[in-house]
Amino acid sequence: MLDTHNLQLDQNGRLRHFLTIEGLNKALLTEILDTADSFAAVAERKVKKVPLCHGKIVVNLFFETSTRTRTTFELAAKRLSADVLNFNASTSATAKGETLLDTLRNLEAMHCDMFIVRHKDSGAAHFFARHAAPNVSILNAGDGRHAHPTQAMLDMLTIRRHKQDFSKLCVAIIGDLLHSRVARSQILALNTLGVEEIRTIAPRTLLPTQIESLGVKVYYNLQQGIKDVDVIIVLRLQKERMAYGLLPSEHEYFRLFGLTEDRLSQAKPDAIIMHPGPLNRGVELSSQVADSNRSVILQQVSNGIAVRMAIIAMALGNTKATS
Amino acid sequence: MKPTPRISIYDGHLIDPANGIDAPFDVHIQDGHIVALGTAPANFQPTLSISAANQIVCPGFIDLAARLREPGQEFKATIASETIAAAASGITTLCCLPDTQLAIDTPAVAKLIRQQAERTGKTRVLPVGSMIRGSNGESLSDMAALHEAGCLAVSNVAFPFKNTLIERHALEYAASFGLTCILQPIDYALQDHGCVHEGHIGARLGLPSIPETAETVALARDLLLAEAIGSKIHIHALSTAKGAILFGRSRYQNTALSADVAIHQLHLTEDHVDGFDSNCHVLPPLRNVADREALRQAIAKGHITAICSDHQPHEPDAKTNPFPVTEPGISGLETLLPLTLKLVHEGILDLSTAIERLTWGPACCLGLSLGRLEEGTIADVCIFDPNISWHVDKTKFLSRGQNTPFHGWDLKGQVNWTILEGYPTFQRHQNL
Repeated sequence: MLDTHNLQLDQNGRLRHFLTIEGLNKALLTEILDTADSFAAVAERKVKKVPLCHGKIVVNLFFETSTRTRTTFELAAKRLSADVLNFNASTSATAKGETLLDTLRNLEAMHCDMFIVRHKDSGAAHFFARHAAPNVSILNAGDGRHAHPTQAMLDMLTIRRHKQDFSKLCVAIIGDLLHSRVARSQILALNTLGVEEIRTIAPRTLLPTQIESLGVKVYYNLQQGIKDVDVIIVLRLQKERMAYGLLPSEHEYFRLFGLTEDRLSQAKPDAIIMHPGPLNRGVELSSQVADSNRSVILQQVSNGIAVRMAIIAMALGNTKATS
Repeated sequence: MKPTPRISIYDGHLIDPANGIDAPFDVHIQDGHIVALGTAPANFQPTLSISAANQIVCPGFIDLAARLREPGQEFKATIASETIAAAASGITTLCCLPDTQLAIDTPAVAKLIRQQAERTGKTRVLPVGSMIRGSNGESLSDMAALHEAGCLAVSNVAFPFKNTLIERHALEYAASFGLTCILQPIDYALQDHGCVHEGHIGARLGLPSIPETAETVALARDLLLAEAIGSKIHIHALSTAKGAILFGRSRYQNTALSADVAIHQLHLTEDHVDGFDSNCHVLPPLRNVADREALRQAIAKGHITAICSDHQPHEPDAKTNPFPVTEPGISGLETLLPLTLKLVHEGILDLSTAIERLTWGPACCLGLSLGRLEEGTIADVCIFDPNISWHVDKTKFLSRGQNTPFHGWDLKGQVNWTILEGYPTFQRHQNL
């Protein structure tokens, strides 16, 4: 069995697929951020396009619904001049009983160059990468609870723009880490980039057992957890979590773990607040916090396009934004 | 009816743990029974002489848990295909657990399985009846009728008990007829939709996880109920250190209790799942290194007395999917002996104990008069070379299931002859 490292990188150590942060080193993550920075200016241009991926076909293969991620991937690919095909799994052959492997084979037969995959099951992106033809790249747009590496990288870009040096940072992640692919990828990326400390803050029902093995400190108390932190990442709380007895109520959650102006005073004065969206105001954080000048939530969305352009371009082997 | 061969197995090293034999002995077989060990009876003229020089001669293996997929899932495997694979693996008796697609919850299904197995004639197949009829979890099966149809034991693996009261009633009813109950301890609510052990791999890969309490909570309930009722239970497929300890304590007080462990649990851990290897998707899941060590110790000390294959053959499509949606199970018949011998090579077990866990140990779990070789017993015999090395190649499996995580491993030990009730059912390089 190919390990993740061999699956993602070619023999020269270049990105072939982008499935998870795991196995990628600091230099490669930094290269992604640098490349994304170089693409950021494209959005300011009158013609928001570079011809780097002209003639390439990129398929958005989403087996799970998404608005923001799919849209920003589509925009990113279009700004690189690629042709984009949106494959909606709910109306596709997969819904009619076709296997995932057959779906992949059929799309490959149309000579597509890249599949951007989102799927409800952990390991789905690895599955596609393992079975993909040699000239096809797989980008993971979220698989189950496992990984959402482009989201993590856009978060890293957002942090770097505000904080520059990762090595001095203390980052707190609040909320449902058990079910969060975003958090898993963020933790891997933050550790690879060498932050000083990562804290996770949630009731035990929303934390994976042995989460400490990922290199984080665990807090069950929000005030203690965000004391003197530089970055606060608030995770989305899905409504269905109440159904399985993981939480008593949204009200109780907000009372204990909701981020409010008052509690924010525990963090460093220049701490930034991030959220992968979509927001539940009054559940994960108050409206005042969401709309405050410390919130960088909308910058995350903009940075998502640049980061996804960088990763698509790197995986398709062409990254010079100046052309 | 084939003529009954008279067989002499000579120059072999006999290991029969039930009788404490570990020495060079010839074995002579007539009319399906052992007629003598050592010197042949006067005027014994063998029709088949087998040289077992440098080989081990031992009772045929008894596998307490194998899935043959018939009836209902013949696209995965058939009784014919899997009993041929079993014979080639030295297995002479295997228990077919009731979770066939058409569950063994009526005498008709039990009879069908026995008839199919007898038609092939390669391995003795003992169907195990379901304690529950249908999937509602609350209707007891006709256990006495299942017993009459050839089920020596009954089990909860096909349909879980709806609640503890139903379990109590099922155990009481089975005890009325002296039926052994094979219980797989699973708390289904705690297991939820998990597919890997709740440990560092599950945390990192974001795979839905199964805590050890999914086993231990159910095990404690099973042991306490069995003790209160006085029923004979056999615990199937222990996977955790805590479970092994809990079981060991109960067994100290009640030696009638028995348990088995799947051979893959003695070699693999959750770390083998890394990279989303669907061939390592099994239930109960592969646990951590400490669990594996505790299970190895329990096998070595004799708290757990049987090693089973937990054979679950699948078609390739069943394993070709993202990890959580692949079907659990390993095709385990053909690696049962070499992986058990690997425990000998690693210094965990001595050879005699290893063979006991595959023969007399499982026989005692179900009260079978098999798994031993002495004058007058049924001649179920395995002859194997313990030292020959081979490379596991799933494409060469006789089982229809090529779903093995051991593909590519180098293992030692290969069966050369299998004899069932005095008839050779397997000879290496020969088509019997």
